[in-house]
Amino acid sequence: MELVADSLACDRGGRNVFTDLSFSVSAGEALTVTGRNGAGKSSLLRIIAGLLRATSGSVLLTGGQRDLSLAEQAHYVGHQDACKPALTVAENLEFWSCYLGGKIRSNALDAVGLNALADLPAAYLSAGQKRRLALARLIAVRRPVWLLDEPTSALDTAAQKMLAASMKTHLKSGGLIVAAAHGPIGLSRARQLRLGGA
Amino acid sequence: MSPLASLLLRDVQIATRAGGGALIGALFFLIVVVLVPFAVGPDLALLGRIAPAILWLGALLANLLTLDRLFATDYEDGSLDILLTGRVPLELVVATKAVAHWLTTALPLVVITPLLGLLLNLDFAAAQPLALTLLAGTPALTFIGLIGAALSVTLRRGGLLLVVLVLPFTLPVLIFGVSAANAAIVGPTPFGPPFAILCALTLASVVVGPFAAAVALRQGLD
Repeated sequence: MELVADSLACDRGGRNVFTDLSFSVSAGEALTVTGRNGAGKSSLLRIIAGLLRATSGSVLLTGGQRDLSLAEQAHYVGHQDACKPALTVAENLEFWSCYLGGKIRSNALDAVGLNALADLPAAYLSAGQKRRLALARLIAVRRPVWLLDEPTSALDTAAQKMLAASMKTHLKSGGLIVAAAHGPIGLSRARQLRLGGA
Repeated sequence: MSPLASLLLRDVQIATRAGGGALIGALFFLIVVVLVPFAVGPDLALLGRIAPAILWLGALLANLLTLDRLFATDYEDGSLDILLTGRVPLELVVATKAVAHWLTTALPLVVITPLLGLLLNLDFAAAQPLALTLLAGTPALTFIGLIGAALSVTLRRGGLLLVVLVLPFTLPVLIFGVSAANAAIVGPTPFGPPFAILCALTLASVVVGPFAAAVALRQGLD
């Protein structure tokens, strides 16, 4: 499996963010996207997730499931955690697991350390706990491509270690990761893509 | 559970829990109906004559009041992004959200209509055909409003825009809903034709609404 981006360009509000961006990430590999604020890291991830149209160029996933689009085989974790405050932690995760479909793993809440809070309405979660709940999606439903936009924001060190461990497991099982980050995200062998010049 | 069933369940749960929008529409409807007799005065014959129009107007406005949150909350907390990466066609996703909205907002209105009819000097027997026209017509209001909700989702304070966009398209529903209800209550025109047109409007909007809303959402996210 390989994710190939071919001469991507992106315009936001009439301003050119990046042009002629080409890279590829193959199975078992992680790519961290770095760059100053406004360099287009989030835009790039949204383009890969199919949430934003590239001005030109294309992104393809080769060797995946033939009848599914790239977006349908990808997990996108953006800046927002997509938690509903009125639902409990368990209900939030259960909904996304059912909705995103595929094989569902039941130990996801355990893995992110939220098992004790399963029956608490998500309104009472802290920012870091909401982030953990969003990341639990990645573990609950298996999808080969992970698109993570600053996944470590608001996480404490224990949760960062947990995230790094689950990313390593994901890579070992043949998945691939594209993550936007300012600091290290715990993957020592990740390749780097720097946006917005040197 | 299938993806769409879980989405329906989630939206109904959110609407019926504390802070949800399910009762806002019904309360607004109640307020309108309670205020009208005070404004119109104690002329019972007049009240009975305008009751179908008042109840339909109340239903229309109560529906619009809650429609702007249909996609806005999902947009604000990032859920809409994840909904878009699902494996279910977006048209079915938005249709399911509309069904959930109808179940939690419009259906309570239909249920309390016979009761509110009493406040407008409309006896129970006469209020039943009126409730029937609301049952048949309110899905059209929801599915037409769905398009407006999708169009206004990325705009801040899109609620007012939604009303301006959606109201003209709901006029036919209002016209045929009220005329069917009047035909059933006072006559002399037959109930069948306006009611059939009302049902046709609902069926057409149920077909067109999800497609138009899905197109609007895909465009709007750029």
